[in-house]
Amino acid sequence: MLIKKPADIRPSEITSESNYLKRRDFMRAGAIAGGSLFASGAMGAVIPDGRLAKLASIAKSSFSTTETPNSFEDISTYNNFYEFGMRKVDPFENSQEFKPRPWTIEVAGHAEKTGRYDFDDFMKPFDLEERIYRMRCVEAWSMVIPWVGVPLADVVKHFKPTSKARYVAFETLNDPEQMPGLHGRSLKWPYREGLTIAEATNPLAILAVGIYGNVIPNQNGAPIRLVTPWKYGFKGIKSIVKINFTATRPKTSWNMAAPREYGFYANVNPKVNHPRWSQARERRIGAGIFAGKHETLMFNGYGEHVAHLYKDLNLRRNF
Amino acid sequence: MNTLQQIRFVWKPIIFLLCLIPATLVVTDAFELTGRLGANPIEEIQDRFGNWALRFIMITLTVTPLRRVTQWNWLSRFRRMLGLFTFFYAFTHFLTWLILDQEMLLSAILEDLTERPFITLGFAAVVLLTALAITSFTAIRRRMGRNWQKLHNMAYAVAILGVWHYWWQVKKDVTEPQIYAAILAVLLGARIFWHWAHDRKKLTTARLVRQQP
Repeated sequence: MLIKKPADIRPSEITSESNYLKRRDFMRAGAIAGGSLFASGAMGAVIPDGRLAKLASIAKSSFSTTETPNSFEDISTYNNFYEFGMRKVDPFENSQEFKPRPWTIEVAGHAEKTGRYDFDDFMKPFDLEERIYRMRCVEAWSMVIPWVGVPLADVVKHFKPTSKARYVAFETLNDPEQMPGLHGRSLKWPYREGLTIAEATNPLAILAVGIYGNVIPNQNGAPIRLVTPWKYGFKGIKSIVKINFTATRPKTSWNMAAPREYGFYANVNPKVNHPRWSQARERRIGAGIFAGKHETLMFNGYGEHVAHLYKDLNLRRNF
Repeated sequence: MNTLQQIRFVWKPIIFLLCLIPATLVVTDAFELTGRLGANPIEEIQDRFGNWALRFIMITLTVTPLRRVTQWNWLSRFRRMLGLFTFFYAFTHFLTWLILDQEMLLSAILEDLTERPFITLGFAAVVLLTALAITSFTAIRRRMGRNWQKLHNMAYAVAILGVWHYWWQVKKDVTEPQIYAAILAVLLGARIFWHWAHDRKKLTTARLVRQQP
């Protein structure tokens, strides 16, 4: 018989949504009264080493949506992270023993600054921001997630890519000891993703390290993951260990697995269907059994910020 | 009570209630009495009904080979009920798609039916199963005579369509569809083998008869 180890912390024990919303009010009041000591974030990102530890110095962002975020429970118990198994609840159930710290990130390729960085040193030059984004999965469901992260553009600029760098490639940790899904051959490991330099320096793209003001849970890609809200969720590579500035387009895991179904760009596009299902509409998780689906928006509703990146591209062919 | 009465009044009701457990759990889980349906309840309901439809068609198709191997002829008394539960779970799976997933939106339903081959396959299976369910009454069976068996051989087609539908639906991991396909291959293989052995025996007998002066 299979006996599952209980998770150390149940989602319900973590900051409730109401407390979280109260905290936001408190912070907003503090920012107004105290000349925004909290929101200034000039100290650089310090990520505490503790499960779901509270993050400090988080600035607000005008990129955030005003839509109500999904509950922490929905966000942390329903997602894809094949390194921990293929069912939606597998990442939550199988990642509790995962150790996201200490963590090393390798920066390589066509950049002036390369090398292996301890996670703390990697994060220090950047400032944390909250970005409440819509997340649209290629499987036609969606959520609203209050990420905390740093703009990827700042990270890219910090490492000073040379003129040869046209793409940024990312890799996930490949450690079968800690990630049971890696024993299977569902995808070619390590998980790989990539962006063009223009996409990576778009202000919407972030590297997320937190959710709901706390350190990101293991199952959502601790300690650091990519978030590109105008693209399907699978572009958001998790638990990143390598960032590589390349001259040629990097191979990406889902595209390698099924090139007819998953493209390199993977921009949310209601007009280009997946070969096996429609992308015209989506189901918002947490909306209830009878809530119905709603129309999917081009670029997931972020067109004003990203549409110019693709103006010369045939999006039907470059899906 | 004789054996027939025992089957009718004791075992059939027991099996009937057991077959209803998966459906009951969907309802009680929806109200969080026994468990939960998770963050995406519609997908969960649809998957559970669909999975049970596949399990039930496999169970139904196991009855005859099992009876043949074990000589437990009473097994055939349960075959119709199991077949009807296959229909029940396939139909609830279909209704979940129609009402909860597609919200009865005609354009979306037609698009799915015509442009998504895996849905076309699943729909064909449900249509066939409905025909089998309607003609399962004893009176209709009698009236149909030989045609009844011909029609009900479509159960094999339903099983193939069901597994195929599942195989095309999954995003990446085809392990479970492969398991169903393997079980189905054994169930159909056994029938083909017996059919072939039976034909050979008939041929041999015919030859022997002919050779006699």
